[in-house]
Amino acid sequence: MRSASAKNVKSESERAISAATMARPAYVIDFERPLIALESKIAELKQLSGGAAADFGDEILKLEKKAKKLQAEIFSDLSRWQIVQLARHPNRPYFLDYLGLLFTDFFEIEGDRRFAADHALVSGFALFDGEPVVVMGQQKGRSTKDNMYRNFGMMRPEGYRKARRLFDLAERFRRPVIIFIDTPGAYPGIGAEERGQAEAIAVNLEVMSSLSVPTISVVIGEGASGGALGIGVTSRILMLQYSWYNVISPESCSSILYRDATKAQKSAEALKLTAKDLKSFGITDEIVPEAAGGAHRDPAETAANVQAAVRRHLAELKQLSPEQIVKDRYLKYRAMGIFTAGE
Amino acid sequence: MAWFSKTKKLKASQSANGKSSPQPAAKGEALWQKCDGCGEVAYVQDWERHWNVCPLCGHHDRLPVRRRLELVLDPDSFEELDAELVPQDPLGFVDAKKYKDRLKSTAKNTGMKDAFISGGGRIDGRPVSIGSFAFEFMGGSMGSVVGEKVARVFDRAYERRLPAIVFSSTGGARMQEGIFSLMQMAKTSAALNRFRSVKKPYVSVMLHPTTGGVAASFAWLGDVVIAEPKALIGFAGPRVIEQTLREKLPPGFQRSEFLLEHGMIDAIVKRPEMRQRLSQLLTLLA
Ligand SMILES: [Zn+2]
Repeated sequence: MRSASAKNVKSESERAISAATMARPAYVIDFERPLIALESKIAELKQLSGGAAADFGDEILKLEKKAKKLQAEIFSDLSRWQIVQLARHPNRPYFLDYLGLLFTDFFEIEGDRRFAADHALVSGFALFDGEPVVVMGQQKGRSTKDNMYRNFGMMRPEGYRKARRLFDLAERFRRPVIIFIDTPGAYPGIGAEERGQAEAIAVNLEVMSSLSVPTISVVIGEGASGGALGIGVTSRILMLQYSWYNVISPESCSSILYRDATKAQKSAEALKLTAKDLKSFGITDEIVPEAAGGAHRDPAETAANVQAAVRRHLAELKQLSPEQIVKDRYLKYRAMGIFTAGE
Repeated sequence: MAWFSKTKKLKASQSANGKSSPQPAAKGEALWQKCDGCGEVAYVQDWERHWNVCPLCGHHDRLPVRRRLELVLDPDSFEELDAELVPQDPLGFVDAKKYKDRLKSTAKNTGMKDAFISGGGRIDGRPVSIGSFAFEFMGGSMGSVVGEKVARVFDRAYERRLPAIVFSSTGGARMQEGIFSLMQMAKTSAALNRFRSVKKPYVSVMLHPTTGGVAASFAWLGDVVIAEPKALIGFAGPRVIEQTLREKLPPGFQRSEFLLEHGMIDAIVKRPEMRQRLSQLLTLLA
C-alpha cells in the first residue's frame, strides 16, 4: 500500500483529492460573476486571436486591464459574509493541497490507538524547508463521496486523540508542529458524545498549552469554535486573508439568536470573525495574503505566501529556549480577553 | 432573593389544581414550587431546606450560585475575590438587544456583574480556591470575565498551593464576545496546566447543564470529575445533534448516568452529600 521511504508518496485519498483539485467544479460566488464573465470573454478573444483574420491584441489588453480593475474593486470592499463565502469556496485549496505544495517526505500517522481512524484530520511527519516537523490539518472533501470520507472536515474524538498523540511525539522528538485549520466545527453526533468529544478537545487545549516546541496554526478556511481550537492552541496564529475564525458559525449564531439560520449574513457582521477583525483584536499574529481574487484563483501563489509566513515565524520561535516557548505561549493566551476592573 | 422569583411557583391560594390549599404559617406570602421531576408541589421553604432538591422525589432543581457556595463551604469561610471584574462589549454586539444593555439589565436582575463567583473558602477547615458558575446570569455563558475569573481560581491555587474546585453550570461560550469567548477555553486550560505543577487536586463538578466550550475545556479536565444526578453534560447541545442527525435522541442521552456508564465521568454525587464527598476527596488527595 504505502512505502515509508518513498518521497511524496500519496495515499489513495490524497490522490483522489489531487485529482478532484485539478478538475474543480465550475462554482462561482455571486459577487465573482461579473469578473468571471469578463474573463471568459477575454479567453474567447484570445482563442479567436490566433487566426490570421483578426488581431484582438489591443482589445484583449484593454479588457484585461478592465478585469484587473474590476477585481480590485470587488475585493477592496468585501463584506464579512462575502469573506465567509470565500473561506468556503469549494475550489479553495484544502490542507492536502498545502501538504503537497509545501512539505516533502510526508509519513501519515493515522492511529488514535483508541477507537478508529478519523479522516477529517490528516496528520504525520514531514519535511518543511528540509527540516523535520509534525504537520496536521483538517481536510474537507471536494466530491460528495470524498466529503463522506472526510466527514466534511468535522473531527470526532478520535481525531483529537490522534492529534494529541502527535503533540506528544512532537514534544518527545522536539519537532515543531505546523497545523492547518479548516473546519465547520467538531462533529455533533451520538457516538462522538458517547466517546467524549468535549473531553478530547479539552485535553488537547491543555496539552498544546504546555508544549515546549514551536507550534504554528494557519487558518486556511473556516475556524469554527472548539472544533478548530482543539488543534489550535499554538505559539502563533496565522490566518489567510479570506478565512474566518470564531466561537460559533454565522448559521448557528443566527439560529440561536433569531431561530433562523438564513440570517447568517447578519450574524457574520455581528460576530466580527474575519482575519482583519482578529488582527485588530490582537488575536491573530499575521494575516497571510491570498492570490488576487482569493486563494482558489492561484493555490500555488497562496501556498507560497503561507510558506514564507510560517518560515519566518518558525525562525523567530526557534530563537527561544524550550522554557521560553512555554512561557511565551502561556502569556499570549493568559492575556486574552477584554474586561475592566470596575468599582 | 432571586431564587424566589420562579415562574413555576404558585401562590398558596392557587395551587396546581386550582383548589385552595392550606395556608402556610408565614402570612400567606409563602409560595409553592412545582417539581419538574415528579410534578408534585411542595413548600418553597422545604425546597430551600433541601438545597432545591425536591423533598418528594429527589429531583435536583437549579441552585443559585451563592447557595451553592454555602452548601459546600464552612459557614462564613467564603471570601469573594475578583468581584470587581466587569464585562465589556469588545465587538459592539447587537442582536435583538445591544449586548451592553443585556449585561446591564442582567446585572440589575441578578445583583452580579457576570456569570461566575469565586474566591477562597474552607471545607472542614481546609482552605480551597473555589468558584462557581451562575446559570442565572445569561445562562452561565463564558465570556472574558468568566474566563479570567476561572483562570484566577487556578492562579491562586497555584500561588498558594491549594486544591481547586470549580462548579460548572453553563451553556458554553458567550457568543456575544465572539473570538474572545472562544479563547477563554485556551486561557483557562493554560492557567490550569500551570497549576498542575503544585500537585494539588482540582475537582470539577458538572451541574445541569454543562455543555459547549466549558465542557470542552477546564470542566472536563478535573483530576476528579463529578456530576450531580441527571445533569445534561456534553459538547454539542441535544438540539444541535437532533438537527444534524434528523433523529430523536435516546432517553437519558448526555445525562450524568449515561456519561458515568460510558466512563466519561468519575462519580455522581447527590447535592446533600456534595460537601462531605468533596471533603473526603481533599482528605485523600490534598
Ligand atoms: Zn419531585
